[in-house]
Amino acid sequence: MKSIETGNNPSSVRLTNIPVLDYEEFFSQVDELMQVESNHCLNYFAVSFDDHYRFICCIGCDEKHTIILFSHEQPKTKEIRLKSITPIHFQFHVFEREIAENFGIVFTGHPWLKPVRYAFDRASTGMVMDNYPFFSIDSEELHEVGVGPVHAGIIEPGHFRFICNGEKVLHLEIQLGYQHRGIERLFVEKPLLIQKAILSESIAGDTAIGHSLCHTGLIEVLGGLDSIDSLSAERIIALEFERIAVHIGDTAALCTDIGYQFGQVVNEALRTIIINTTQLWCGNRFGKGLIRAGGTHYPLTKETLIKMKGNLDEVMERYLQITERIFSMSSVLGRFETIGKVTLKQALRIGAVGMAARSSGLKRDIRWSHPFGMYNKNEFDPVTLQKGDVWSRAMLRKQEVERSVAVIHDLIKLLHGDVTVSPPVNEPKLQPGSFAISLTEGWRGEICHTAITDKEGRIIHYKVKDPSFHNWMALALAVRGQEISDFPLCNKSFNLSYCGNDL
Amino acid sequence: MRELSIFYRHGKQYVPDLRKAELTPLFRGRPMISADISQEEAGIAASICPVDAISISPCTIDIGKCVFCNECSFCLPGKIRFTDDYRIASNNREDLLIKQGNDNLLRINPGFIRYEILSFFRHALKLRQVSAGGDNSAEMELNAAGNVNFDMGRYGIEFVASPRHADGIVITGPISQNMSKALQITFDSVPSPKIIILAGTDAISGGIFTGSPALNREFLGKYQIDLYVPGNPPHPLTFINGVLDLIGHK
Repeated sequence: MKSIETGNNPSSVRLTNIPVLDYEEFFSQVDELMQVESNHCLNYFAVSFDDHYRFICCIGCDEKHTIILFSHEQPKTKEIRLKSITPIHFQFHVFEREIAENFGIVFTGHPWLKPVRYAFDRASTGMVMDNYPFFSIDSEELHEVGVGPVHAGIIEPGHFRFICNGEKVLHLEIQLGYQHRGIERLFVEKPLLIQKAILSESIAGDTAIGHSLCHTGLIEVLGGLDSIDSLSAERIIALEFERIAVHIGDTAALCTDIGYQFGQVVNEALRTIIINTTQLWCGNRFGKGLIRAGGTHYPLTKETLIKMKGNLDEVMERYLQITERIFSMSSVLGRFETIGKVTLKQALRIGAVGMAARSSGLKRDIRWSHPFGMYNKNEFDPVTLQKGDVWSRAMLRKQEVERSVAVIHDLIKLLHGDVTVSPPVNEPKLQPGSFAISLTEGWRGEICHTAITDKEGRIIHYKVKDPSFHNWMALALAVRGQEISDFPLCNKSFNLSYCGNDL
Repeated sequence: MRELSIFYRHGKQYVPDLRKAELTPLFRGRPMISADISQEEAGIAASICPVDAISISPCTIDIGKCVFCNECSFCLPGKIRFTDDYRIASNNREDLLIKQGNDNLLRINPGFIRYEILSFFRHALKLRQVSAGGDNSAEMELNAAGNVNFDMGRYGIEFVASPRHADGIVITGPISQNMSKALQITFDSVPSPKIIILAGTDAISGGIFTGSPALNREFLGKYQIDLYVPGNPPHPLTFINGVLDLIGHK
């Protein structure tokens, strides 16, 4: 095997140390690695250099707890045609689509090189969203339903095109890209570290902690900054707080979608307590401003810790009460059970991550497979459920909230409220000529940031992967054969990110 | 029975007075720049500001650009401070420039309120939200403005599902090129008279995305903006108080 394998997360290697294979060899190596079910593609992307493209593939080995890196190079010629990996390993579909869209590279045998996000710097600007030909089926018995980009609720934009037979969904095509802000380019162009930190908080504002933690890991490993235990503990408390807040908010939203208003309002109020605790800690309900490289401006003080513990206990007690009620009501179960199913086989095939994977019986959790910071101290045991339906995704949230509260209580014991954490580091010198990768388990799932530095240590390439990038396909599969009226419920049960996908 | 006991624990959740509620001390609201800040100090603040929100003479923070990261205040403690005053919405873009030595409360400028707003929307205002590159934090805060805690519905202010039912739009996000057409169509679908509210720093100025080639902010040049709600994201109380002031609620 020609590759470089690392057991660290985050981790950085010399760019020249990543083996360059010819494409045949690359192809068969991917094939060989993907035969193992617990391996999955963390990221596969192309970087444009002066006269060639470098394609870097990052494979995560969950059981071995390692990251495998290898690459291939193609000179910039008029038309580059490569044999697509997608027909044999479907989870590459979206990575190949992204590369095709950005650089005009053709993957022969790819079933559908549909643009991912209509990026401003895409290869073919002749291709615009408005004239996109949606997948259609010729039949007098079928009809199409288009929804979005502007939706009925206050959510982000995206277009959903259903092909239905009566009330039943045969096919759902998801069209994204409306949220594209050119964020990866900005990571390279904005010179200050603080600008990059704020960008990372804005990739997906609902995952401000998750993404900024992932970004910070990258900067710290490139800058050679060590993280002390108490800082790491505080960060993980923040990450788990974010998870608790969103999971409880999602429990509320799932109740909304089935018309159970009592469940909605009780959970909404509980989410408020959690995010207000985050605000008490750092002045922002989403934790913006909290995570910075090398330290933090907002150490956990004794008073905050006491308040935090009290609020957590209060929320937990009430959350368990209301969820016990929710999951025992037949009218709720009737809407949750067997709806929007994603099987384990499908989850494996599409390379699902995070909640979407774990609710279909696939044990995939960075906190366990590639632990970072304080997760290294005790092996984390992820929650997995088997059925893959809306019920599983709702129940998973409930159980993960319990797990997160336990993690926080363990970490709080380590902290005594004495401020030992220093302020952030300004502009550390980054390792030159390096490739760095950082993985974090945000509340949706696996977040992956990678960066490449030039010989002066400046970031010349930045790549963000939100878990939604894998998981949108899970939603498309989940609604097949379902009533179209169950779509909002299915959509909410995944709660995927539009801006995380569109970047 | 079980529901009753949950209901009892749930208790009263609404914030009784949305005008006077207090936030936690670390909340970053209206900034205050000390009158004696030197030109040199202002220069330092300007140089570290990630979004060029600070200008030097006189030292001024533009909270329409500010992402409330607090870096300037960490760098110059005692000179720049973000207070917990969340009432920072304004209908005059100029008023969002907070100058050194200025500790005035930020309030709506009555002279700028269009006649139609006071005559039509005082008792009921239905809004359509359009996220145009928003990162979902501002969107979640707008959702929260109508939740069981903030409950702006008590004043007849509500988000509605269709632009045809709305009296105006609330834009979040820096307005991506890919969303610019849908934004225009949505706005055109709202019957007149109608208002435009920009919620969040990204919408007001582009925020951290300023200068990105993936944006298209032409829409904003075509119409009068009725309300600017700063914040990253704007707090529900900032939004609600701004709207209440705009429609002339006492």
